[in-house]
Amino acid sequence: MKLTLSWLKDHLETSASLEEVVETLTRIGLEVEHLHDPAAQLKDFRIAHVIEAKPHPNADRLRVCMVDTGEGAPVQVVCGAPNARTGLKTVFSAPGTYIPAKKITLGKGVIRGVESLGMLCSAAELELSNDHDGIIELPEDAPIGAVYAQWAGLDDPVIEINLTPNRSDAAGIYGIARDLAAAGLGTLKTPAVETLEGGFAIPQRVTLDFVDADEHLAPLFALRLVRGVKNGPSPAWLQDRLRAIGLRPINALVDITNYLTFDRARPLHVFDAKKVAGDLVVRRARAGEELLALDGKTYPLDSDMVVIADDKGPESLAGVMGGEHSGCSDDTTDVLIETALWDPANIAHTGRKLGISTDARYRFERGVDPAFALPGLELATKLVLEFCGGEASDVAICGSAETPTRQLRFPWSETKRLTGLNVSKDESTAILTRLGFTVEAAGEDALVGVPSWRPDIEGKADLVEEIARIAGFDTIAAAPLPRNAGVTEPVLTLLQKRTRAARRALAARGLVEAVTWSFVSKEQAQAFGSSDDNRLALANPIAAELSDMRPSLLPGLVTAAGRNAARGFPDVALFEVGQIFLGEDEKGQKIAATGLRRGFALPSGAGRHWSGKERAVGVFDVKADALALLQTLGVATGGLQIVAGGPSWLHPGRSATLQFGPKAVIGHFGELHPRVLQALDVEGPIAAFEIILDALPAPKAKPTKAKVKLELSDLQPVSRDFAFLLDRDQPAGDLIRAVQGADRALITDVSVFDIYEGPGVPEGKKSVGVAVRLQPRDKTLTDVEIEALAHKIVTEAGKKTGAQLRG
Amino acid sequence: MTDIAELETETLAAIAAAADEAALEAVRVGALGKKGSISALLATLGKMSPEDRKTEGAKINALKDKAQEAIAARRDVLQTQALEKRLSAETVDVTLPVQESGQELGRIHPISQVMDELTAIFADMGFSVAEGPDIESDDYNFTKLNFPEWHPAREMYDTFFFPPGADGKRKLLRTHTSPVQVRTMLTKAPPIRVICPGRTYRCDSDQTHTPMFHQVEGLVIDETTHMGHLKWVLEEFLKAFFEVKSVKMRFRPSFFPFTEPSAEVDVQCRRKDGDIRFGEGEDWMEILGCGMVHPNVLRNCGLDPDKYQGFAFGVGIDRLTMLKYGMSDLRAFFEADARWLTHYGFRPLDFPTLAGGLSG
Repeated sequence: MKLTLSWLKDHLETSASLEEVVETLTRIGLEVEHLHDPAAQLKDFRIAHVIEAKPHPNADRLRVCMVDTGEGAPVQVVCGAPNARTGLKTVFSAPGTYIPAKKITLGKGVIRGVESLGMLCSAAELELSNDHDGIIELPEDAPIGAVYAQWAGLDDPVIEINLTPNRSDAAGIYGIARDLAAAGLGTLKTPAVETLEGGFAIPQRVTLDFVDADEHLAPLFALRLVRGVKNGPSPAWLQDRLRAIGLRPINALVDITNYLTFDRARPLHVFDAKKVAGDLVVRRARAGEELLALDGKTYPLDSDMVVIADDKGPESLAGVMGGEHSGCSDDTTDVLIETALWDPANIAHTGRKLGISTDARYRFERGVDPAFALPGLELATKLVLEFCGGEASDVAICGSAETPTRQLRFPWSETKRLTGLNVSKDESTAILTRLGFTVEAAGEDALVGVPSWRPDIEGKADLVEEIARIAGFDTIAAAPLPRNAGVTEPVLTLLQKRTRAARRALAARGLVEAVTWSFVSKEQAQAFGSSDDNRLALANPIAAELSDMRPSLLPGLVTAAGRNAARGFPDVALFEVGQIFLGEDEKGQKIAATGLRRGFALPSGAGRHWSGKERAVGVFDVKADALALLQTLGVATGGLQIVAGGPSWLHPGRSATLQFGPKAVIGHFGELHPRVLQALDVEGPIAAFEIILDALPAPKAKPTKAKVKLELSDLQPVSRDFAFLLDRDQPAGDLIRAVQGADRALITDVSVFDIYEGPGVPEGKKSVGVAVRLQPRDKTLTDVEIEALAHKIVTEAGKKTGAQLRG
Repeated sequence: MTDIAELETETLAAIAAAADEAALEAVRVGALGKKGSISALLATLGKMSPEDRKTEGAKINALKDKAQEAIAARRDVLQTQALEKRLSAETVDVTLPVQESGQELGRIHPISQVMDELTAIFADMGFSVAEGPDIESDDYNFTKLNFPEWHPAREMYDTFFFPPGADGKRKLLRTHTSPVQVRTMLTKAPPIRVICPGRTYRCDSDQTHTPMFHQVEGLVIDETTHMGHLKWVLEEFLKAFFEVKSVKMRFRPSFFPFTEPSAEVDVQCRRKDGDIRFGEGEDWMEILGCGMVHPNVLRNCGLDPDKYQGFAFGVGIDRLTMLKYGMSDLRAFFEADARWLTHYGFRPLDFPTLAGGLSG
């Protein structure tokens, strides 16, 4: 919403400065988003007289002008404008002046060898128009030395308000003045609207054609004919005002409707009466009808939209935009002025469906003052008669402008209850009254009548806001929120704690946390397990590559790794802890902790290194990451199964699934499948893991925080190494489990210290070196006992895995 | 007698000449071993007269002592030399670079760090952390929050929708974390103090808008909390978050469908050389929206607005992060550029606490 200071002063008698007006507007909720004060910007541009303009000695297109600036001796200015000529009155800027359009401060110059002490200006240079063709030409009587903007009346400050959708009353300058007056910044001085008796009956018959259930679509429709008008340009002051707020003057009749839209938040429409065929009817549009609107576009209509139609069809789209055919031009002699009330929801729907944003729609969908519909028509009539002459008819009215007055019961205590503010009954009454409310006492409460222009006021809380915003939100004193007694209790849930801990744990392993989009492309979503039923595809994605909700964090991370590699950073280790989407309902959203390593980004450090540990990342690096993560999160991994093989996007031979059982999968790890990398256009090697934090079992609840008692033995542990021959395909994990199972009490650790295939080991077999640590419990083990246990280990290993001791 | 003196000269010379411990041992055996030269002299004592034995014995034993001392001294020297030689041989180039460890390389994304900071601050004021799904119903995202079906206020939010489901209703991506407030009020009896951090989505993209962003909202519902408390909480929060002694705020009346009265909050700041400092200066920066929870919202969530009251506020986490830590482009937050993450990210153990200070 734009207005100028002088326009505001049509309605507000005030001695307040521009600064005070701007500050007050923001303070009462009409936030000033932008202030354009041409007086400040153009204060150094003065009217000057070109005493003499001579050709430049060294340049055909330049002239050397002697300019009388009204101060001191004439100055010499080099000017390139074709219209710089002797005797011209124009606008001059001295060195040191800031030129808005060029964003420079003018200096003294020498142009082609001739000194130039200033500039003669075009309107474009002052940001007054796009006219670059030459310097400004002023009439002969323009006073030399005067500030140009002031003399030309171009110094009216333009205030732009960021109007909130609830304040339809402030979509008119009169309403803004009322708010400022209520805030104590002056008094309203708007004269009452006079009613004009018509001289004749309107010849057109006007009807509302709606079934009863649709009556709300057009509660009021009124028309007046003014015949014998002479249309043409509107007065200069009106054109200046419209231009100042960014509107283009068209002709007097149209300008009047635009003027009242902004002056009074009352949109009107004017038809050229001679172009209306027969009678006018307000009705729902019919399927197949269309309208060539005033913006030159043709819109298809449907029965959800309301139109004003004549015998030939729709002439105007109710409350949104008029039609081109019956629009007013300079030739119009008889004009029909329309005022109406429309259903806000219907106007919003029509505007949205057709993609039309107009000043009329803006006001109708937020709610216009129903009580001003007919006065608005009177005001328009007055202006038409004033600017264009003619003779006004009676007003033809369909429907009713009467709206029920609303009264709210308001306990005076409510303001303090919701804001903590103490505003006295008297002051509250005064504020409400100045805003146009009526206040009647009703015991401890008040009965507050809501003015017709405030459809946003629904209840007590709205009245509290009115009182508080005028009294000033800055008068509300901060009050400490009572604290809970004692030490603050923990507030995080297990999942929240694990989410936080997962981030720290993975970062501590050298992975860098990324936050990637929640959406990925359809191809990526499907490559990472999303079903192709489109349930998780956006209906209105912002871009094709951001179309589907991600089923995994991997596509985002893998493509990010690819981008980093392309940028010259091939060895990245990235992770993300965030939501993935496996279904559109609440339960389908999970938190995943996912990480990847690319190139040489090993857990021991990234990149190649002189120490010779150089090798590319692989499945075991991410297995270590995944297991470390589980450890950090306090997940008991006793029952954890690592099952070879994983989802389709991982290397089938270099991936595994982490689970506590076939139906309790918690994640997976492995090297990325070469085909998936190819599809994502990312070069490997990349290894990754993904753990679903929601799937992790909760720790067992215990009555105290005490840890399990530590049992230490004074007896020396014994270590024994075994070399087993195992089928190549037989998982070492099975061998470890078998060895462990030989004696759960004595065997405290089983580790694999060597894997070997090659000469000395039969084809299809592998040699697995296993170190077993025995911890005697109550007495030292004898050699015989150790031998017996070793034998049992070999037997168990053989039985469960087919392993044989290597000869 | 000259032979003793000669032997001494010879032996001491041999000891001094021993180049390593093995040579020295050979000298020792040659002199003091069973068949050594000095041992042989000692063996002659038995055949001497007592007078001779007395004088000769003293001389020979003195020779023996001298030889032993010399050997011990020489051994010390040789051992020291040998150690020095080994140490010298073991010398490495300590200027060679080591690989950076995980704790040096790893980073926490600034958004996660700031979420941890927010949690620390609000937990201290008795707020817990509530979360909800990103895919929401129109009901929770709009209708229960007092957005009329058709109202232009809905257009302030460029919403991402999903295709209609079997029931004809279409789900959407939440445009704010307010649906979490609704879920909290529907499931938890007052008093309520929660913050709702999370991802939010709007169909919008430029330097300061991304289709996905992060928001934290706060909600307090009880029977006494009013706008004065809201002011205090926001003031304490902003002071703690920006780690300054004081902040000056400006509450401007505004409009949100879900609060009444509603306000936008500007914070006083100084902009200098691309830096923004709070708690000083003459500029105002709009930082968050807030207000008293609208009676219709309370009613929609099953709470009697004449009995219960409270406030809500919402602020962009990404924006807070940019203001505090000085990033200029929001889009970079989500581009996963390792250089950006390493520069703006936080070290794994930079855990924000109130006791230790949020940013250490």
